[in-house]
Amino acid sequence: MTLLRSILMRLLSTAITLFGVAVIVFVVIRVVPGNPIAMMLPPGATEADIARLQAQYGFDKSIFGQFVIWLSGVLQGDFGTSISLRQPVSSLVLNRLPATLELSIVALLIAIAIGGTLALMGTLRRDSRAEGAIDISAGMALSIPDFLWGLVLILLFGVLWPVFHISGRISPALDIDFTTNFYLFEALLRLRLDVLGDLIGHMFMPALALAIPLSAIIAQLLKQSLKETMHLDYVTLSRTHGYGETHVITRDALPNAILPTLTLVGVQFTFLIGGTVIIERLFSYEGLGNMAIDAVINRDLPLIQGIVILFALIFTLVNFAVDMLYVVLNPRLRHA
Amino acid sequence: MRDARGDIKRPLGLRLWLSGGWLLLLALAALLAPWIAPQDPLAQDLFTSRLPPFWESGAEPGFWLGSDSLGRDVLSRIIHGARLALIVALVAGTLTCIIGTALGLIAGYYRGWPDRIISRFVDIWMAFPPVLFAILLIAVLGTGLTSIIIAIVVIDWTRFARVIRAEAMTQGAMDYVASAQVAGRKRMGTMLAEILPNVLPTVVALLTLEMGIAVIVEAILSFVNLSISTDSPTWGGMISEGRTSVHQAWWVLVFPLITLFFTVLSFSQLGEGLKDRFDPVLR
Repeated sequence: MTLLRSILMRLLSTAITLFGVAVIVFVVIRVVPGNPIAMMLPPGATEADIARLQAQYGFDKSIFGQFVIWLSGVLQGDFGTSISLRQPVSSLVLNRLPATLELSIVALLIAIAIGGTLALMGTLRRDSRAEGAIDISAGMALSIPDFLWGLVLILLFGVLWPVFHISGRISPALDIDFTTNFYLFEALLRLRLDVLGDLIGHMFMPALALAIPLSAIIAQLLKQSLKETMHLDYVTLSRTHGYGETHVITRDALPNAILPTLTLVGVQFTFLIGGTVIIERLFSYEGLGNMAIDAVINRDLPLIQGIVILFALIFTLVNFAVDMLYVVLNPRLRHA
Repeated sequence: MRDARGDIKRPLGLRLWLSGGWLLLLALAALLAPWIAPQDPLAQDLFTSRLPPFWESGAEPGFWLGSDSLGRDVLSRIIHGARLALIVALVAGTLTCIIGTALGLIAGYYRGWPDRIISRFVDIWMAFPPVLFAILLIAVLGTGLTSIIIAIVVIDWTRFARVIRAEAMTQGAMDYVASAQVAGRKRMGTMLAEILPNVLPTVVALLTLEMGIAVIVEAILSFVNLSISTDSPTWGGMISEGRTSVHQAWWVLVFPLITLFFTVLSFSQLGEGLKDRFDPVLR
């Protein structure tokens, strides 16, 4: 009962947050001076043409009136029509979403792989020079944001030793007849290794740039809680049973040490997704973030609104999922 | 047994010195820019375009770190760019710190409805991708130094508010706060005289971190051409240009990138070092 209640409270809180985001975006972008539809007017447009377009996009109404119209549309799944691309916002955004999701998930996996390995290595060789080296490099990796790592990677693997593509998501010459825009997942399922290789060649650097700061956080946190767990009685007991240090760490300490890291990784994963905006721009990767920047530059109000709401939805869903996962993994909460 | 304390202290001191030294150097370069920059950072000359740095063949004296596609001196532009970067770091960082810390203290110490309102806003802010929020704000406010500073303050106050709220809650539950109240201090007075000094180490660490972030935000905005007018040299603008011509002239990207890298690293390391120095438990 308590669990159901807390889930409902969380959903309510999520809805309020999303509503708040919608209100703020709406108010902020309607303060923009200048007429957003001026750019789509043909040369020699009459006053009547302008008025007709204004009415078509609802710009002749008050901000409150526009918000009510927009919100009732959104609740029915209609996010309006993009001004610069003249297509429904929902289809534009959903076409780009898979690219951003794939990038974020690959980055998360890389971060977990690097961070987890470093944490295990640091715990295995605790209080040694190796642990000191891990601490220092994690501290450095953490203080440099993804944008700068992206530029460093471009120099290293795009210029100095050009092994990866520095822009785009897939080579245009490649023939793909995929049914979804989840190219990476579909290439995996269909075992199209040529496509897979090309996608990874494009995705590796942006994903790594996003992953470096998060991997440092995982390394530090997980190592910290692993070291604390290593002092507990049950771990000592396992050691007296004659299990090796690696077994003790991965089998006995890790399941308990992972919980505190998990909650923080959830929040950090939303930061990582937020980072895709500039990383996609840097690597000309055709995802949501890149589209969002274009939308802002083109003053495409319906498209900006749609993308920001989608990002907010993803962020709140990730946080929600992490909270639920925490409940599932934590035996004390599971039976509450 | 080796003395572990020496091991911890030494790199700390070195870290503080290195990061402080770099920032001091940068501040001097920014202050003295018109006198020490070897060239006019805006002077275009197609005869000196894409000169390599001094150790490569084809370099020209006076263009130590080479020149960009318009023949502008890279070193002079980095030196002049330091002015804008440091102004943004100091002004935006300090304003963000004051506003965020104040809101965090109020939420964490007073609790109740102020906390509910502030925390709700933090939740909403956390649901925005920060870079997109910044770009959106600049598009609304127009480009320019003031807009950049406003955008950074509007976006980043939550960094302070979140952490300081949590710290103020912990401190507020401690005995010394209760005894201050028993002794007849007003709540406002307790907050400023008892809680604030105890969260100050965290505030300082966050502040220097925020200065580094402010420099990055400015660079990102310049990178998408939304910062200051294109005339004044900015590191982000140079990086943006260098990114497009990286195969013809790597130095246009590399030198501003190194400068930005060390600056951001220095700000955060300085913050960590200062935090350890101020922390009464570690001291």
